[in-house]
Amino acid sequence: MNDISSPPTGKTAAAGRTWRPATQLVRGGMARSGFDETSEALYLTSGFVYPDAASAEAAFANKLQRFVYSRFANPTVANFEERLRLIEGAEAVRATASGMAAVFAALMACVKGGDRVVASRALFGSCQYILGELLPRFGVETTFVDGEDLDQWRDALAPGAACVFFETPSNPGLALVDVQAVCDLAHAAGATVVVDNVFASPLLQKPLELGADVVVYSATKHIDGQGRCLGGAILGTKSFVEDKLQPFLRHTGPALSPFNAWVLLKGLETLPLRMDRHVASAERVARHFEGHPKLAAVRYPFLDSHPQAALARRQMKAGGSIVCFDVADGKDGAFRFLDALAMVDISNNLGDAKSLVTHPATTTHQRLTPEDRARQGIGPGLVRLSVGLEDVEDIIEDVSAALAAV
Amino acid sequence: MALPSPQPVDPVAGLSIDTRLVRGGTRRSHNRETSEALYLTSGFVYPDAETAEAAFAGPEEGWIYTRFGNPTTAMLEDRLALLEGAPAVRATATGMAAVFAALMASVKAGDRVVASRALFGSCHYVVSRILPRFGVETRLVDPGDLDQWRDALRPGAAAVLFETPSNPMIDLVDIAAVAELGHAAGARVIVDNVFATAIEQRPLAHGADVVVYSATKHIDGQGRCLGGAVLGDARFVVEDLQPFLRHTGPTLSPFNAWVFLKGLETLGLRMERHARSAGRIAGFLAEHPKVLDVRYPRLESHPQHAIARRQMRRGGAMLAVTLAGGKAAAFRFANALRLADISPNLGDAKTLIAHPATTTHANVAPEERARLGISDGTLRLSVGLEDADDLLADMEQALAVC
Repeated sequence: MNDISSPPTGKTAAAGRTWRPATQLVRGGMARSGFDETSEALYLTSGFVYPDAASAEAAFANKLQRFVYSRFANPTVANFEERLRLIEGAEAVRATASGMAAVFAALMACVKGGDRVVASRALFGSCQYILGELLPRFGVETTFVDGEDLDQWRDALAPGAACVFFETPSNPGLALVDVQAVCDLAHAAGATVVVDNVFASPLLQKPLELGADVVVYSATKHIDGQGRCLGGAILGTKSFVEDKLQPFLRHTGPALSPFNAWVLLKGLETLPLRMDRHVASAERVARHFEGHPKLAAVRYPFLDSHPQAALARRQMKAGGSIVCFDVADGKDGAFRFLDALAMVDISNNLGDAKSLVTHPATTTHQRLTPEDRARQGIGPGLVRLSVGLEDVEDIIEDVSAALAAV
Repeated sequence: MALPSPQPVDPVAGLSIDTRLVRGGTRRSHNRETSEALYLTSGFVYPDAETAEAAFAGPEEGWIYTRFGNPTTAMLEDRLALLEGAPAVRATATGMAAVFAALMASVKAGDRVVASRALFGSCHYVVSRILPRFGVETRLVDPGDLDQWRDALRPGAAAVLFETPSNPMIDLVDIAAVAELGHAAGARVIVDNVFATAIEQRPLAHGADVVVYSATKHIDGQGRCLGGAVLGDARFVVEDLQPFLRHTGPTLSPFNAWVFLKGLETLGLRMERHARSAGRIAGFLAEHPKVLDVRYPRLESHPQHAIARRQMRRGGAMLAVTLAGGKAAAFRFANALRLADISPNLGDAKTLIAHPATTTHANVAPEERARLGISDGTLRLSVGLEDADDLLADMEQALAVC
């Protein structure tokens, strides 16, 4: 059976296609019930009832478009999916229980035993586990390349591949991949290109317009934006989503809770406001602290000192919410900085209303060897700052005071 | 780990199941709340960088990220483990995520799975479509036939998967016998215990290695949330299962976990009512002239009645009834019921009825359906918590018109 989502009715259906992004994010996908509720209803139901046995038969024979079971589709989840689909400009979408469930499902839908994946080396730890440890157990091999180096992509793709996977900007090094160039190389090799767009969000970067086939998100980050719920999403062509992805998702069950979908749906309504603030504050923080004597470097895609600043300006609308500092005194300096922060929380999440700081070498990227960390630009002094929605002057004061303690 | 995490209260050693269902696993924050708190948070904060480093380096104590563990989800997990008598447990986003994770944590390319033919549709898809794409071969056997299990397991296997009682025909698998054959073949024995629940059946006590649940069914019990759980020994859960779950992310929402945690508090009461009402309805239907056959574990006419007595405490909420008049009669009956909703879910407070041949098993070939005992007159009934006399009166009037 195919994806069953209740079509938006009335004004919404007619107008959605021409709406501007902020309007899509407030009204996209709404399908009001007979109660004419203003805010989207939360359908906390696993099953659905049928007026008679023939309707149930028709639904299972796919002759009747309706909700059957929340593992396949749910009205609240469908509302979230449709809103996200509109803002991404994708043909189709499926939500998942977490961002990692989205990455795993997108990969599993692309490959089979004997296939090859080519991926950027600068991957989030769990993506590294899936490609480096889990898939090889099932006969799928991955070649890792330095994401910035097109020659390495070209060489790795020369023998052909089933799938290409990368994240840009990367976590935490903020290295970029030239989406368009890698897509051209990948498509020549016969690969499906899957891009993790979590750092940029759909508002700052549109991988599908740059040639990618599939975009994945951890909705836990900017889409929720307030650190409450896990979730994920996969966007791509109708044929990929319906023919390859949906059978995997519906039978292996990494379903998003409708409760989480409702939180994420309301999160999308404020996404443009939040991203504007995140970006303005992050850029301000990056510029303010660039050249600070306690910092060996400040990394931010839209700083002129970023080695790929030109690429950043070509494929991103703005630099995002994440700023990285290389603290001069290595791990000791980084720890003194973290421990001296009075407001910013030490936490390994990101994309939250609350500013959060992480020391990747000892937490999120602890599993890597020191050489692999160095290769990804994760030195012992690297600190990742997720710039929140607090007043930027308060953030700058807190960071300044903490740097003084380094 | 010196994290300010909620602490377990109410030691339950020696306490009975009904008490464990109400108090097992509860961890209270410094606010000393009576009812379990709902931790709607994805991340956690650390007092200093040293604590964060230690949290990532050490064994999994303390909270890092909700995909790895969450206080509300942990309370549910602990309560489930205490109920099941299992050393370790992980909750998942759905029952199918639990089945898929238990299998993926048990096999690799080149391995073999031996499974019951009477599997839920999505389990069937996982073992016969997804796993073969990644080099894992599956052999299906008739669940009640120990000779078939023996033959299929002779070349060795990595995993055995079955559901007992089965969906929808209430076929049973002799857990102890198949577990023994499975172990002799080197297989990990995974049992889907969703129809019985841990209240009625303890597969681990009969030799199974791993038990999986769709918590969507009786554990929620009121049709609200999807969820699942995998229970087994600590080595399997920590070394094989947890890496798969934490990196591939089929995470249960803490919101759903909270609903299930409170659902467990009434599970004992609900299963007792389900079983009593289902037993009465099974007896009533078995006597009715328009009924060809009723399958319920505690009916003496059930061909595996002796196994049911041995491995199940009561019969559960589910029964299969086959009407004499085929599909037309089954449809008329379902349509005439006022107190049973036509819906393919089960284990709900509301009585639900489904016609497997045209819904849940519509994609199964007619010969295979016949082999599973599903005829066009068969209906699956999930008996709810309504008053049994109301349900019986409703069945009677619906049978009169079909």
